[in-house]
Amino acid sequence: MLQKPGKKIILLGNEAIVRGALESGVQFVSTYPGTPASEIGNTFFRIDKRAKIYFEFSTNEKVALEAAIGASFSGLKTLVAMKNFGTNVALDALIPFVYTGTKGPTVIISADDPSCHSSAQSEENTRGISYLVHIPILEPSDPQECKDFTKLAFKISEKFKIPVIIRTTTRVAHQRAPVKLSKVTKPGNVIGEFIKDPERFVTMPPRVLEMKKELLKKIEEIKKFSEKSPINQISRGRASVSSKLGVITSGVSYLYVREALKELNLNLPVLKLGFFYPLPEKKIQNFIKKFKKVLIVEELEPYLEKEIERLAKTANPKLQIFGKNLLPEVGELKPEIVTSTIAKFANYKLKIENLLKIENWKLKIPKRFPQLCPGCPYWLVFGAVKKAVDPKKVIFGGDIGCYMLAGLSPHFLQDYLSCMGSSIGIAHGIKKATNPASAIASAGKQKLITFIGDSTFFHAGIPALINTVFNKSNPLIIVMENQTTAMTGHQPHPGAPLVPNGIKIEEIVKACGVKNLKIIDPINQEEFINAVKEFLEKSEVSVIIATHPCIFVAPKNA
Amino acid sequence: MPKNLEKFNIVIVGTGGQGLITLLQIIAEAALFEGYEVRTSELHGLSQRGGSVEAHIRFGQKIYSPLVSQGKADLILGLEMQEALRGIYFANQKTKFLLNKQIILIPLVKNLTETEILKNLKKIGKVILIPAAETCQKEFNTNVVAGIYLISLASFKNLIPLKPNSISRAIKKIIPEKYLELNLKTFKLAKVY
Repeated sequence: MLQKPGKKIILLGNEAIVRGALESGVQFVSTYPGTPASEIGNTFFRIDKRAKIYFEFSTNEKVALEAAIGASFSGLKTLVAMKNFGTNVALDALIPFVYTGTKGPTVIISADDPSCHSSAQSEENTRGISYLVHIPILEPSDPQECKDFTKLAFKISEKFKIPVIIRTTTRVAHQRAPVKLSKVTKPGNVIGEFIKDPERFVTMPPRVLEMKKELLKKIEEIKKFSEKSPINQISRGRASVSSKLGVITSGVSYLYVREALKELNLNLPVLKLGFFYPLPEKKIQNFIKKFKKVLIVEELEPYLEKEIERLAKTANPKLQIFGKNLLPEVGELKPEIVTSTIAKFANYKLKIENLLKIENWKLKIPKRFPQLCPGCPYWLVFGAVKKAVDPKKVIFGGDIGCYMLAGLSPHFLQDYLSCMGSSIGIAHGIKKATNPASAIASAGKQKLITFIGDSTFFHAGIPALINTVFNKSNPLIIVMENQTTAMTGHQPHPGAPLVPNGIKIEEIVKACGVKNLKIIDPINQEEFINAVKEFLEKSEVSVIIATHPCIFVAPKNA
Repeated sequence: MPKNLEKFNIVIVGTGGQGLITLLQIIAEAALFEGYEVRTSELHGLSQRGGSVEAHIRFGQKIYSPLVSQGKADLILGLEMQEALRGIYFANQKTKFLLNKQIILIPLVKNLTETEILKNLKKIGKVILIPAAETCQKEFNTNVVAGIYLISLASFKNLIPLKPNSISRAIKKIIPEKYLELNLKTFKLAKVY
């Protein structure tokens, strides 16, 4: 990662982002791991000392962004990385940050996962937050652009004093390709200085409304920058066809478009948008004004298509716009989908006789779902719970981590699953809703057990736990303490015992006012089963800390 | 760079934990050594936990998409036989299937037999069945290097248009010091198959 300039080396999109940040002279990096963004943090974690920069795994994405804001306010060049859902968590901090603007340039990486390869909860298109937040968003399509766009994002941030988002998707973040290295900029003095400037850093009315005016003005200026930026690039097609048809695309879809045009031997003009927000509206209008038909190739919701429909009203009212009438709005695009769509769009006959009709086969290939590793301590927890209760009579709350596999065979112990930390928050609501206040002294008819990992507990579980105590409900919460953030690649979290002087979850639980607490290694099945039975009868919230390290965590004193 | 090769598409299929990403990295480095453009695609996180996984590698004169299109694979490398059958999405009549003769059972459902799998794969493309896991287990007392054995074999038998020397150079670049000797022994073992 710290190799010499001039070389071409194969990098993962996420690694290329790291290299881009290093070439920009990044000084402060924070993150919370989440696929498909995790390797950004992992790489910084590996090299931070040698690169002489500050790096941290923060408790959650909001805290990571807040740390970045503090570093930026103190003048440091800052990068913060997260997956799409993390950006939702961080949103409350993000909006005022765009109002105050940056002091040290700040780049935020937000990674979407179309087709939900590694994401429960929703198929999110984070581009949409640009309308809510007024934050510039760039969309790279490959590792080289991951590096180049990260550097450009730092420049935009420096020039306009605004944070900039790089939005990747799985097929960009987890794409490998050769990347040409440039010079790493030494981070220099990573000790910043906070210089008081309440006019700038305090968002309070009436000043906050002035800030909004300033922000909208900034966006107008960045729009001019976007108009001239080479990352919004037009490749002209052959003159004979180029007067009639054009394609507009962005992100990894651009690579599928190029592949399709090569495959079909078509030479259509293509506008590739590196900026999603603010869009280079004049450039788009110039591009579309001569066409009869334009095809918008974008993944998920048709944000570009809607913008282009609006821009065509003045630039070319007769223009026929194709997009989601030919392409799916759910699931990622694939090269074969884009090829057949462009063929349709250009009235080109596609030879498909070579494609095998798999759906016509009688043979059923059994599905292979992900499962817990052999030897994973969660097998013991789920096994004990099944022995302690009749699963049909208990509600099971799921949360985000390896243990969400509770929902699959052979466990089937998951009745709801939403976002990080929500197993507890929703459990409280279910308990309150299903047990009348008059029955508060009893355990209630519908019993409820939630599973939440240790890293997830630190991330978003604690306020929800406090709520069960404060507002008096009685779920049984099983904290799956495997001592690591396993699902995303075993990143450390604040908990003991792996972190020197790490925080003990039992002390947090006690401090929240929970009286029914047991810490049990699930290897002691009898004890675990008895604790589940006992706690389900309680009229107050109970917590079992199921403590046993993940098989990938090296035992400290072995 | 050999001028006659326009592009070569590989899909590796198997189960999470079989080391697909390492194989992908080795083939990509070997292709870069030979002066090709190269792009790959892989998955991490939940999708890696023992479920079905596929990795895509494309190299040649000019490569755009990191994903192999439906029906466009030149080589499908099957580390597990049932998963290889899933790989037919990427196959055409000319596709070669290089298979590790191993079935990793899916619990609690009816699994397909080797005979059923082979019968169906042979309807489509050319099948080369190699007892890679078994050979490695016998020789090294572990089958973790079965994939290395297969890609090495592929280069020796011209099933992949990359020189064996490029593969061994790439193994040296990608595999950590600790496991390098085992992997290089595996490479050599594939030469005498």
